[in-house]
Amino acid sequence: MTTTTPIDTDLQQQDDHESDGHGHGEHPDLRMFGLATFLVADGMTFAGFFAAYLTYRAVNPLPPGAIYELELVLPVINTAILIASSFTFHRASKELMRGAMGACRGWLLLTAVMGLSFLGGQMVEYFELPFGLTDNLYASTFYALTGFHGLHVTLGALMILIVWFQAREPGRFTPSDHFGLAAAELYWHFVDVIWVVLFGLLYLL
Amino acid sequence: MTIASPPSPSPQPLRLQPTGWLRYFSFSLDHKVIGLQYIVCGFLFYFVGGALAGVIRTELATPISDFVSRDTYNQVLTLHGTVMIFLWIVPVVNGGFGNYLIPFYVGARDMAFPRLNAVAFWMIPPSGLLLISSYFIGGAAQSGWTAYPPLSLTTPAMGQILWIVSVLLLGGSSIFGGINFIATILKFRQPGLKLMMLPMYCWAMLGTSILVVLATPVLAGTLILLSLDIVAHTGFFNPAAGGNAVVYQHLFWFYSHPAVYIMVLPAFGLVSEILPVHARKPLFGYVTMVYSIMAIVILGLVVWAHHMFTSGTPPWMRLFFTIATAFIAVPTGIKFFNWIATLWQGRLALNSAMLFSCAFILQFVFGGITGVALAQVPFDVHVHDTYFVVAHFHYIVYGGTVFVIFASIYHWFPKFSGRMLNEDLGRLHLALTFIGFNLCFAPQHWLGLNGMPRRVAEYDPQFSLINQISSVGALLMAISTLPFLINVVMSLLQGPAAGPNPWRALTPEWLTSSPPPVENWIGAAPLVEEPYGYGSSEGRIDVNQARGQDLWRQQP
Repeated sequence: MTTTTPIDTDLQQQDDHESDGHGHGEHPDLRMFGLATFLVADGMTFAGFFAAYLTYRAVNPLPPGAIYELELVLPVINTAILIASSFTFHRASKELMRGAMGACRGWLLLTAVMGLSFLGGQMVEYFELPFGLTDNLYASTFYALTGFHGLHVTLGALMILIVWFQAREPGRFTPSDHFGLAAAELYWHFVDVIWVVLFGLLYLL
Repeated sequence: MTIASPPSPSPQPLRLQPTGWLRYFSFSLDHKVIGLQYIVCGFLFYFVGGALAGVIRTELATPISDFVSRDTYNQVLTLHGTVMIFLWIVPVVNGGFGNYLIPFYVGARDMAFPRLNAVAFWMIPPSGLLLISSYFIGGAAQSGWTAYPPLSLTTPAMGQILWIVSVLLLGGSSIFGGINFIATILKFRQPGLKLMMLPMYCWAMLGTSILVVLATPVLAGTLILLSLDIVAHTGFFNPAAGGNAVVYQHLFWFYSHPAVYIMVLPAFGLVSEILPVHARKPLFGYVTMVYSIMAIVILGLVVWAHHMFTSGTPPWMRLFFTIATAFIAVPTGIKFFNWIATLWQGRLALNSAMLFSCAFILQFVFGGITGVALAQVPFDVHVHDTYFVVAHFHYIVYGGTVFVIFASIYHWFPKFSGRMLNEDLGRLHLALTFIGFNLCFAPQHWLGLNGMPRRVAEYDPQFSLINQISSVGALLMAISTLPFLINVVMSLLQGPAAGPNPWRALTPEWLTSSPPPVENWIGAAPLVEEPYGYGSSEGRIDVNQARGQDLWRQQP
């Protein structure tokens, strides 16, 4: 049996305790790990939706008069905007690492504006579509999937605006300590990747 | 192994938390407080769910619906299933024991995300109250804990929507807990503590949490679609509106079959902690145990459609899911034989914790055998939706998990409270529960084989006698909680002091005072490299030479 007991209480032991990383105050920062795990869970929600959609496509016949094809011009522009916004956010992080907070905030604001214009484009598309939520199974699936994703974009845009607002304060985000910004960025890339899959399934398939 | 309790060399950190009994009603960040909050809250809901089961068995004592109306019966069975699964077993074996034990096992002073932990717990009481209150607000859901459409679309909407909101909250709580356990076990271990040194419960919780994170969100998404069907009149799962009810079943069971493992894997882990301590032997086959847990996690994600053999499932799919399900018996069997081998030639202390664990092994293997039988399509088609299924899963979740919860209470109560439980009352509790449980559920196999459908308030009068026997068993189970409650209350008030380590156990939660200090250990956390290093050579005899009599004398 090789168990060390906590009986020793000499000064040496105490010093070890203070520096072992699990003492008072000092913890490894696991917030990004936690967020990544949460995004896996969130991704599984979408995976469930996608699986349901694909099953419907395979099994349920198309109702008479309904079509799979959707108008593509606006969604393609929207997709381009969202993909580009991932790069602008990445650029904002780069500027932060260089210590250029002004440029960082500029790129953050641009990213938020791009996210909001994606939502605007989505709204325009909703109003122009020839079907409503309850018209048929595919209409329902379309609105449920894009709506659930749109909710994620809305949250993401809000997060970016909050980070942009916080970054105004000097020293709030530093090259070594910027959890809020890094979390918003990871989340934004996630929302982006989900959209690419969703776009392929809903518009192209 | 005694622990000196020297004056704390450093001042305790200032925590703006209430002390004394008030902290159990507070937003405490202490993992031990949160663990006990989960356990006590779970027991309260267990008594609610048990009372509901009492209503069910009283109703079924006669073939006609005389005790409650048919609608009420449907509500009661829906509430019973939902309360027992989502408010009792899942929170207690995961959140309860997980929060209490995992930080000790990884040598940490708290979970990785203490605030998230408190949030996850405090989501449970409101959603439980919401669920139960739905009974008084226009009637609870009537479609069973599975909420299959179109049934869930045609029964009163109010109860169903409250059910969905409640289950979504509980699912969210479960996901937050899962994220916390994964981060704590993988990333929060004390330096020098390798994964393969961890007590088995850590591996069980890691596997469970992976299932929670991968499967629970699918249920959440499905329930969102179901609520759209109810509220916005979309047609995802409504065949009348061009939808597909079978898609719901697939999505539902993608979560709810892993949910069986979410309930039973932590129980496997807990029993693997209890047996070595009271058998004074190392856990047999640690490495195979780890791999079989992970095999169960992977296989558990690809067997869901064995719940759907009568849902028009095509033959190729039936074949795949039958084979995959049969494969699960392999890692489960490995664990079963490992427990038997752990007990073999041990110096068994036949106390309540050990006896409940042994009852678990016996009953779980019986439920496992009927499970393998149910995975065979020809048999399943015959007994689908009959009392055979009811008997099978109660052998898994009650005969399996709930017996382990009781074993764990008897094992860890001295650590929780600093006082010993009364062994005589414990053995009485075991005897009543064991007889009551088997009297209640074993006859239901016969009922199912003879065609009595489940979830119906009325049945053919030829089944009366067996149903009455089953109801007597349920009554015995209800009575069996009395010695347990008396034991807990009396021991809390005047039980003998337990001391730090009454079982002479080697896992880290015992290497500190009972109850432990806020920071778990005074001074440095112990690095336990061999949590099961019990001496196995003392008094060893040759099995091949010995007669049964000699083996019996091995006991202390």
